[in-house]
Amino acid sequence: MSVVYKKSKMLTNVPLNYCPGCTHGIVHKLVAETLEEINAEGNVIGIAPVGCAVFAYDFFNCDMQQVAHGRAPACATGIKRCNPDKIVFAYQGDGDIASIGTAEIVHAAARGENFTVVFINNAIYGMTGGQMAPTTLVGQKTTTSPFGRGKMQGNPIKLTEMLATLDGPSYLARVSVSDPANVRKAKKAIKKAFENQVNGKGFSMVEVLSTCPTNWHMTPVQALDFVKNEMTKVFPLGVYKDC
Amino acid sequence: MSTIYIDKELCKGCAVCVSFCPLKLINMSDHDVNASGYAIAEMNSDSCTACAICAMMCPDSAITVVKEDKK
Repeated sequence: MSVVYKKSKMLTNVPLNYCPGCTHGIVHKLVAETLEEINAEGNVIGIAPVGCAVFAYDFFNCDMQQVAHGRAPACATGIKRCNPDKIVFAYQGDGDIASIGTAEIVHAAARGENFTVVFINNAIYGMTGGQMAPTTLVGQKTTTSPFGRGKMQGNPIKLTEMLATLDGPSYLARVSVSDPANVRKAKKAIKKAFENQVNGKGFSMVEVLSTCPTNWHMTPVQALDFVKNEMTKVFPLGVYKDC
Repeated sequence: MSTIYIDKELCKGCAVCVSFCPLKLINMSDHDVNASGYAIAEMNSDSCTACAICAMMCPDSAITVVKEDKK
């Protein structure tokens, strides 16, 4: 008998505190497996955001720093500049990166800082109870847009496309974890983003279309279908910059 | 025999593995719950091919997949 698949050693044994079916778990796993594959064990510093993933420091088996809301790219800049030989990654949600932290991410990308950002886009504020996020789809009902996002709330921010207009970033991609094929593609993109950092190519960001079954009021499987059928129409998957 | 082992205490009963198993070999238990009160997934078949799709999709990394070595 041989083990084909088991929990990555870059994840701790602490049970994840996410809701059942939340794809944060899948992305944590992909990041952990990537770190294991590039032999980064003992040489990684992660940045935990504010949001559902705030406890990421309990789950990743590496040094972690939890930062103020949206400031992960600023903190990652400092850590990477002081420790250029370490692998530094920021793990951020959509409310964190595309709302309160827009300035930080745009300027970190513009400077082409040599770290990796994993951006979880689930189109809602999960931890605070399902309020409208900058990435909420037009027509999507949330607690602060109970009749669906409309003219009053504006249109969703497409951060990856926005950053692709800058000269600083070296790799920008949008992937999803809605089915096994897309999970494999997501893993490939995340690995590329980390390898870019190892090779000193500069700023890399992977946006992962993710689910929030609890606040979308769906079952986990329905939520994955929603990502596949609805979210990808507004947020097309693909590589937006690779140089 | 190839099979999967589901860590009962890590499983949250989200049923993503049930939906993605290509051979539909996993089902939700109708009698077993874990310490957190979640109904857990279980495998009751010996036809598993160790494709590991369930483990890849499991958000809680609760599944370990083992494959029978070729003789």
